[in-house]
Amino acid sequence: MANNVDALYIFLLVVSGMMTVAIFTLVLVFAVRYRKRPGQRAEQIDGSHALEITWSLIPFCIFMVFFAWGAIIFFQERKPPQNSAEVYTVAKQWMWKFEHMEGQREINELHVPIGRDVKMIMTSQDVIHSFFVPAFRIKQDVLPGRYTVAWFHATKAGTYHLFCAEYCGTMHSGMVGSVVVMEPKDYEAWMGGGGNQPLAVTGEKLFTELGCVTCHRSDTQGRGPNLVSIFGKPVLLEDGRTVVADENYIRESILQPGAKIVNGFKPIMPTFQGQISDEQLNALVAYVKSLSQAPSGQTGGRKMATATP
Amino acid sequence: MATAVLESGERETYLNKEYGIKSWLLTVDHKRIALLYLVSITFFFFIGGFFALLIRLELLTPAGDLVQADTYNKLFTMHGQVMVFFFLIPAVPAVLGNFLIPIMIGAKDLAFPRVNLLSWYLYIIGGALMLYTILNGGVDTGWTFYTPLSTEFLNTHVVTAGLAIFVAGFSSILTGLNFVVTTHRMRAPGMTWSRLPLFVWAHYATSIIQLLGTPVLAITLLLVVCERLFHLGIFNPALGGDPLLFQHLFWFYSHPAVYIMILPGMGIVSEIVCCFSRKRIFGYTAMALALLGIAVVGFLVWAHHMFVAGISLYAAMIFSLLSYFVAVPSAIKVFNWTSTMYKGSITYQTPMLYAFGFIGLFTMGGLTGLFLASLGIDVHVTDTYFVVAHFHYIMVGGMVMAYLGGMHFWWPKISGRMYPEGWGRLAALLVFVGFNLTFFPQFILGYMGMPRRYWDYSHSPEFQILNVLSTAGATVLAVGYVLPMIYFLWSMRYGKPAPDNPWNAAGLEWMVPSPPPTFNFEEQPVVTWEAYNYDEIKEEVPVAQ
Repeated sequence: MANNVDALYIFLLVVSGMMTVAIFTLVLVFAVRYRKRPGQRAEQIDGSHALEITWSLIPFCIFMVFFAWGAIIFFQERKPPQNSAEVYTVAKQWMWKFEHMEGQREINELHVPIGRDVKMIMTSQDVIHSFFVPAFRIKQDVLPGRYTVAWFHATKAGTYHLFCAEYCGTMHSGMVGSVVVMEPKDYEAWMGGGGNQPLAVTGEKLFTELGCVTCHRSDTQGRGPNLVSIFGKPVLLEDGRTVVADENYIRESILQPGAKIVNGFKPIMPTFQGQISDEQLNALVAYVKSLSQAPSGQTGGRKMATATP
Repeated sequence: MATAVLESGERETYLNKEYGIKSWLLTVDHKRIALLYLVSITFFFFIGGFFALLIRLELLTPAGDLVQADTYNKLFTMHGQVMVFFFLIPAVPAVLGNFLIPIMIGAKDLAFPRVNLLSWYLYIIGGALMLYTILNGGVDTGWTFYTPLSTEFLNTHVVTAGLAIFVAGFSSILTGLNFVVTTHRMRAPGMTWSRLPLFVWAHYATSIIQLLGTPVLAITLLLVVCERLFHLGIFNPALGGDPLLFQHLFWFYSHPAVYIMILPGMGIVSEIVCCFSRKRIFGYTAMALALLGIAVVGFLVWAHHMFVAGISLYAAMIFSLLSYFVAVPSAIKVFNWTSTMYKGSITYQTPMLYAFGFIGLFTMGGLTGLFLASLGIDVHVTDTYFVVAHFHYIMVGGMVMAYLGGMHFWWPKISGRMYPEGWGRLAALLVFVGFNLTFFPQFILGYMGMPRRYWDYSHSPEFQILNVLSTAGATVLAVGYVLPMIYFLWSMRYGKPAPDNPWNAAGLEWMVPSPPPTFNFEEQPVVTWEAYNYDEIKEEVPVAQ
């Protein structure tokens, strides 16, 4: 991704550099060539429609190349690959908290292996922050009250700067950290330390403790919708709309259950706004997602270690 | 209209007609109000500039060592708010526009002289609130007031700062209203739309933005104040609000506001380039249409400030596309200024040096804008020093260069005195060199990844060398800005008396005495010539060599 961005950047530099040089040269040449000389008067020229049209259309066509190329890169940046490893991220004044699917938690440091697509599922506990890793050429604002997503694919081992790029108060410039990219075997070793509980398992426990399971039953259709296999699928709502059950939808359904009622169900679920932390919410979301990746599922990978801890 | 200097004493001008504080504070003469504005915006310019210098000094070293983090955050916040709302937006329209538009179209005054005075008083009330905010400990929201930070998480004077800008906004609306009505209703016989100087066209386009955009900012700031005081839950998600709603509303004004700043500058540059090339502007119609085009399309690109803010993929693509549309008329303007010089008879007095500077810096500012409009690049460089450099190239490199060029160009008309040409050229050179030294390194810093609004970068010492260059440039720039203020003041007493038309320039303002009498024209002028009729103007040796 960084290479694509740099290629476009160099292309823009070359093209706009040529435009700059052309204009500067013309200004300088005219300024010298047509400097005031005794006995010589300026020649009055009204303008030229042909020229106006030419120097509107040619830049316009160049601009469209800039647009299209930039849009293609952006499109890729916004579409995380299917099998990305997921890292739930909670930003707050003034730190970054990460939680891997395997249950490892980190603050201001994020360890990832080379060669894996990593999807950041991010939210903020307070104000707007922005997840910015210059080396990966990615940036995404992190908002309170919803998830935003970024992804990257590291190709070289090393430690890279992580910055908060959206001004967030006193220690904005202290909200920095690093992304540590490791060789897969080093990563495995790092991952192996400490018996962590996978995030989805934490979520499953919460699902029971909070009583969610009494209505959202997995064996049959309870008073609430059965959540097995709903993730990523369209859901028909009471008012006739259809929404895709993504992370934000699940999040909202937990915090504001009344916002989008599934067709055929009653708005009886109590709100969990203010009763669970962002970390607990992330665990619940991870659990609900794991229900769509049944043990027999082919989506595979290690990210959904739901069946057994 | 000769400059008959009476033997019995001086000719009566708007400056010597009356004396005393009252004759200034209660004046309804557009030229005196322009001078009131000139003094006020200069005051705020130097306050904002002082904050900028402190910012640059702090960034000289990676560690946050000169001021506290909170102080630094206040410095860049108040630098932005003071410069944008109390200098850049009013500068050209309220000073040069106010002074020149009635004279350029052959009118005695603006359509609503008292409203004009009211706009200055509103500006002063807003300015006083801003000063109160600064002196009471300041505000640290960033000039952008992003929510929910500004509404729930800061203990500084957000409310008074918001109200200061709210009130100053009305001053801007009233100026815009006055210009629109004046341009429609007060033109002299024969002064058709196609004979208007581009300076007037530029202000007309600007005024439309001021009228349509500023109320949205006022509403937005009021909502911020309401959420802060009464916890209304408009922008804060914890109260059921939407933080992105704020950004949409804020940029709906604040992007067009960039054009409020730059369009009048474009008007000035058109006047100067024509005068010192001794030529009619190349492509008059295209130039006027481009101004209007920028004003209209400029309203449709606001969300390009929000590509990584969490708007949808397709919204981002549409706003990226529209942003390229607005670049086309800007490109047309640069090409036409350049072509105006072709086969001209060019001299290099101070105003022309500033115009050269404007064309160069605006071109670079505009082209780097194309980088930011390109989604793939924007993701990386937005909210870094690349953006800081880009908008300073437009707003300082473009707008302030044009403003200074215009001040030098019309200073003989305004004051009746010539400024010292040698010092003028030196200052222009210092501003140009200092500006590039300050802001060019910031493009590189931005691509390297240095985020904006960072007080401390000790984690990334590799940023230091470019920051040192930038700070060095800022000191040169500061000298370049202080010099004109000194010699303008000096010239008021010691400068050579200015002739009515020191540049042999076209336009009605050069046909009235310097300085003009209170009602500008002794008799109603009738316009029988096209704008920029340099072929009909006698070549005299300019007084200012």
